[in-house]
Amino acid sequence: MRFLARRLGFYLLTAWAAVTLNFLIPRLMPGDPVELLVARMKGNVDPAAIDAMRRAFGISDANLWQQYLDYLGNLAQGELGRSITFFPTEVSTVIADSLPWTVGLVGVATLISYLVGTSLGVLMAWKRGTWLDGVLPAATFMHAVPYFWVALALVFVFGVTLQWFPVSRAYGLAVMPGFTGEFAGSVLYHAALPAVTIVVASMADRILGMRNVMVTTLGEDYVVMAEAKGLTSRRVMWAYAARNAILPNITSFALSLGFVVGGSVLTEIVFSYPGIGSMLLKGVENEDFPLMQGIFLVISLAVLVANFLADLAYVVLDPRTRQESE
Amino acid sequence: MKIKIGAGILVFFTLMAVFGPLLIGADPAATSDDGLQGPSAAHWLGTTQTGQDILTQIVYGARVSMGVGLLSAVIANVFAVAVGLVGGYLGGAVDEVLSVLTNIFLVLPALPLIIVLAGYLPQRGVASVAVVIAVTGWAWGARVLRAQTLSVRRRDFVQAARASGEGAFRIIFFEILPVLLPVIATSFLATVVAAILAEAGLSFLGLADLSTVSWGSMLYFAQNGQALLIGAWWWFIPPGLCIALIGTGLALVNFGIDEIANPRLRTVKTVKVKART
Repeated sequence: MRFLARRLGFYLLTAWAAVTLNFLIPRLMPGDPVELLVARMKGNVDPAAIDAMRRAFGISDANLWQQYLDYLGNLAQGELGRSITFFPTEVSTVIADSLPWTVGLVGVATLISYLVGTSLGVLMAWKRGTWLDGVLPAATFMHAVPYFWVALALVFVFGVTLQWFPVSRAYGLAVMPGFTGEFAGSVLYHAALPAVTIVVASMADRILGMRNVMVTTLGEDYVVMAEAKGLTSRRVMWAYAARNAILPNITSFALSLGFVVGGSVLTEIVFSYPGIGSMLLKGVENEDFPLMQGIFLVISLAVLVANFLADLAYVVLDPRTRQESE
Repeated sequence: MKIKIGAGILVFFTLMAVFGPLLIGADPAATSDDGLQGPSAAHWLGTTQTGQDILTQIVYGARVSMGVGLLSAVIANVFAVAVGLVGGYLGGAVDEVLSVLTNIFLVLPALPLIIVLAGYLPQRGVASVAVVIAVTGWAWGARVLRAQTLSVRRRDFVQAARASGEGAFRIIFFEILPVLLPVIATSFLATVVAAILAEAGLSFLGLADLSTVSWGSMLYFAQNGQALLIGAWWWFIPPGLCIALIGTGLALVNFGIDEIANPRLRTVKTVKVKART
């Protein structure tokens, strides 16, 4: 388990880096964030509120090191400051309310996109030279498309013009949240278009990546050997070639997670989906720095956890990482 | 073939950004009474809510969007080259530290970090937005370049340079750097796409300079002007399409280069017949 321990150590270091960046950014950027805020509000701020903000940012007369220790102490207790948008609600409460929506939507969509995209990549490499090659130009195009633009286009076609799907909120106005079939149905119905957006926008990378690795793998001797032995195509394709080609694919998938989450955040905004992304927009609109920073931290940690899960999958798939003997 | 199509797309958009505004000459922000008109002879791509001509905005927006993309990619790549080559060549503790730094920035989600950084900017001009995007855009290039440097380092010409007493700085930037130029070029192209996308995302959130017309700010105003609900597809389709096309062009060039390096990736039938049945 040396591999996992090393990865875990790296993620802890990265989490520390994210926390420290969060602490340093307001202090290193030119100007005082509180004064910036007051200037943007054109001076219409209560002096007491200014004082509260200063405390929320943890900006005091103490030296930087003391401020840093205080900041870490607060963070350890889950204290992220108070949101300016939803004053006096704690940032942690705002995030706790919206995080499940995002994790559900982005988690499921990313999983679907990974499974479908990778399978398509395997098939396209296997059936090279057939009509499936026609997917390549489309994938090349989709690979650079902004997520929120796909969202806008889907809303326009399926939401506004055809009116097949709802275009905002996470569940219907008439439905009461609860563990009922009706509520679950409404949630799924409302999540359909945002999920399709994320799947469509993120799948191209998986297709292209998997195809390229798979094509290289198909030229390996052991694949030719498997074919020579007379194994079924299916067995050669999945158990011999794809099984090996998937390893670099998992690594690149883990690295692309940050990008997928960034795109999903913007997708939520188009759909007014009540997740982290919509909260981020509110934070941006109201110059709500504590909220923006809290969200950055939570998203970073979520991506790190997802990366660790990808590492676990890697360990399951690659026996070499499980070898204990040095 | 791929490279030709890709380069064609890029040349088209570059020409549009450089010469387009000179040909059109109109002010992209100028409003008129013809609000929300669909595409017509007078306005090829229609107009916005306040009667601004969309084609004019697209042409002017190309300058800002591509400008930010290029500037940001230049900054990010200078940094990537420095970190990747120095780490890869020197090795040891310096390499360890630089590698960890690179991997941290590779894993941290870029967009949320850019948003926080941009939020604190006192002025959100084109240059400062480009710098903020570059902060998150250098890590991938640095990682690739480090790996390449590790292999180049052992080659004879580097050994010879070291034997003849050249300093580390000179070996890294005058001996190794020129050999890695093709790698730097592909990493540069990929960074441009990422930067254009990041700029569009920032503008869409209202966090870039909204007084200048860029493809991202067009999408911002389309979203906030309820273009979707009114059915004004001509308002939001063109900017996103341009971004995706530039991305396609750059990707085609990169894939083309990959296929030259690895012929198996090409879409030809001959290999397949032999490998199957």
